[in-house]
Amino acid sequence: MEPFTRITAIAAPIDLPNVDTDRIVPARFLRKPQGSPGYDRFLFHDVRFEADGAEKPEFVLNHPSFRGARILVAADNFGCGSSREAAVWALAAYGVRVVIAPSLGDIFHQNCFKNGLLAVILPGDVVTGLRGALHARPGSTLSVDLDSQTVTAPEGAVHRFELDPFRKQMLLSGQDEIALTLGYEAQIAEFEARQA
Amino acid sequence: MGTTMFEKIWARHVVAEGPGGQTLLYVDRHLLHEGSTAALVRLAGSGRRVRRPDLSFATADHYVLTSPGAPAPDAEIGSMVASLTAHTAQQGIVFFGRGDVRRGIVHVIGPEQGLTLPGMLLVCGDSHTATHGAFGALAFGIGSSEVEHVLATQTLWQRKPKTLRVTVDGRLAAGVAAKDVILAIIATIGAAGGVGHAIEYAGSAIRAMSMAERMTVCNMSIEAGARCGMVAPDETTFAYVRGRPFAPAGDAWAQALGLWQSLPSDPDALFDREVRLDAADIAPTVTWGTSPQDALPITERVPDPAAVADPVRRASLARALAYMGLAAGVPLTDVKVDRAFIGSCTNSRLDDLRAAAAVAKGRRAVVPAWVVPGSGLVKQAAEAEGLDRIFLAAGFEWREAGCSMCVGMNGETARAGERVASTSNRNFEGRQGKGARTHLMSPAMAAAAAVTGRLTDVRRL
Repeated sequence: MEPFTRITAIAAPIDLPNVDTDRIVPARFLRKPQGSPGYDRFLFHDVRFEADGAEKPEFVLNHPSFRGARILVAADNFGCGSSREAAVWALAAYGVRVVIAPSLGDIFHQNCFKNGLLAVILPGDVVTGLRGALHARPGSTLSVDLDSQTVTAPEGAVHRFELDPFRKQMLLSGQDEIALTLGYEAQIAEFEARQA
Repeated sequence: MGTTMFEKIWARHVVAEGPGGQTLLYVDRHLLHEGSTAALVRLAGSGRRVRRPDLSFATADHYVLTSPGAPAPDAEIGSMVASLTAHTAQQGIVFFGRGDVRRGIVHVIGPEQGLTLPGMLLVCGDSHTATHGAFGALAFGIGSSEVEHVLATQTLWQRKPKTLRVTVDGRLAAGVAAKDVILAIIATIGAAGGVGHAIEYAGSAIRAMSMAERMTVCNMSIEAGARCGMVAPDETTFAYVRGRPFAPAGDAWAQALGLWQSLPSDPDALFDREVRLDAADIAPTVTWGTSPQDALPITERVPDPAAVADPVRRASLARALAYMGLAAGVPLTDVKVDRAFIGSCTNSRLDDLRAAAAVAKGRRAVVPAWVVPGSGLVKQAAEAEGLDRIFLAAGFEWREAGCSMCVGMNGETARAGERVASTSNRNFEGRQGKGARTHLMSPAMAAAAAVTGRLTDVRRL
């Protein structure tokens, strides 16, 4: 997993609440292995592209100023619904490293961290303010620093976010979680012995 | 102070307390389906083995074709099942594959086979895993990376969620089903209402439910944002489990029963949040929008965005109506449908098929209507009591077991613009096919819509 430290990048606002993972990656693409050619195009496919593959101009990531955004600023319950990790794989394939929202679907939230995506939870009014700033000045950048747990807004305001120290360490180091858990072999074996 | 059922089960599965408030939990049962194959492939690629193949069970459901006669799928879809077949054989995992009557939707066959038991920690790479919580188990959906982690270690790192008790007291009126109860709960707390929480469903209306009904309720916990939902085990639970192929028997049964009876939340247990609903207030319910929270009694009208003050909510409502092709103010019972789908992990069990057949009997479907049983055994049992003949005589299509048009991964989708009366769990944009429009409802209501061609109040049929 690619470690995460800090990023300054174009951020795109996603205003709709309850964006589900079917919308992030439609079911018919789940037959394609992770990382197969054109995986980045699966992202938001049916709201991003016409049937003939042309871009829908009204979709935020097709706006010239937001194209290639690496940070998404979303609304409540982004990533709700299906557990498909392909939603995170498609975001990663597009280049997204950070999703900021007031709340996230629990499984999506967990899946982000397994793939080196930083999920940032900030209060609703702060997130609404960030989206407003991005709409007012499309193409603005946000800075996200994992070590200090801060998001710096286009106008310079700094918002601190909470993060589980375990997840933070895993992101900073890019460590393989399974390898870490296998270090608990003695405890796992002991638990199994008690059950038997 | 007493302890909640959730906390009791959680405590029984702690392997180690890890860094930063994360707990390493032991997984008693891991259910797999075609969507889990990628994790098996990565595991094999890293040179690791499945730690406990004996605690892992697999079935094919998402990609199996359900058309009558179980035809062979195209190469790409067929490879999804073939790959799972090969990898489970390699790892020594029991697999209910094509041709096995026990094959079916993973959340139907787990309980059916007695693989789902009270007090267990059960996971599956599917968000509707909360279904198994109906037995008083801690059951939740996980992503592909977590599937690989469980395969390799039989454990998962989790942070303890908060607890939310949803109490439904009173008696459900005639024509009101478990599906209406969970749709009403989701409409009350919202699609994000349960985020970060484990839900316990309680109250006399829940206690009075059969296991199939409790599974319907727990199944859609994720549609309220909660990863797991559960119901305390009781005599209804024990009677269902007893004698199932993988359930404990003999001395092991007596021992298990002692444990299971100790699981319900203590009377003085405190929950982080409490929500109460009166069963008498719940009517047959349908969704009108593109989130499961967009649900109303069938007697209502399509809501009007102009009447909503919050601009974000107003825009989202207008978008939903545009996608759904609905005009504000139209009575829901005036909405015409193009198809009906009776099936999915929410509503494909024998009780569900009986409820739909009771409506279909002696009537005639006026739109294409599919009935997709949850498992080969559900299909067999339904046929033994003649439900297939009732459906066929009414012009419904009687199909093979699988997920089918709930999710359309196998290519069984509705066409763009088609409106589906569906017993499934998600009315998201594109869920049942690109551009398809989904209205969620109970099996009886879906059958009623099939025979009238409109959203219909089953009580007035």
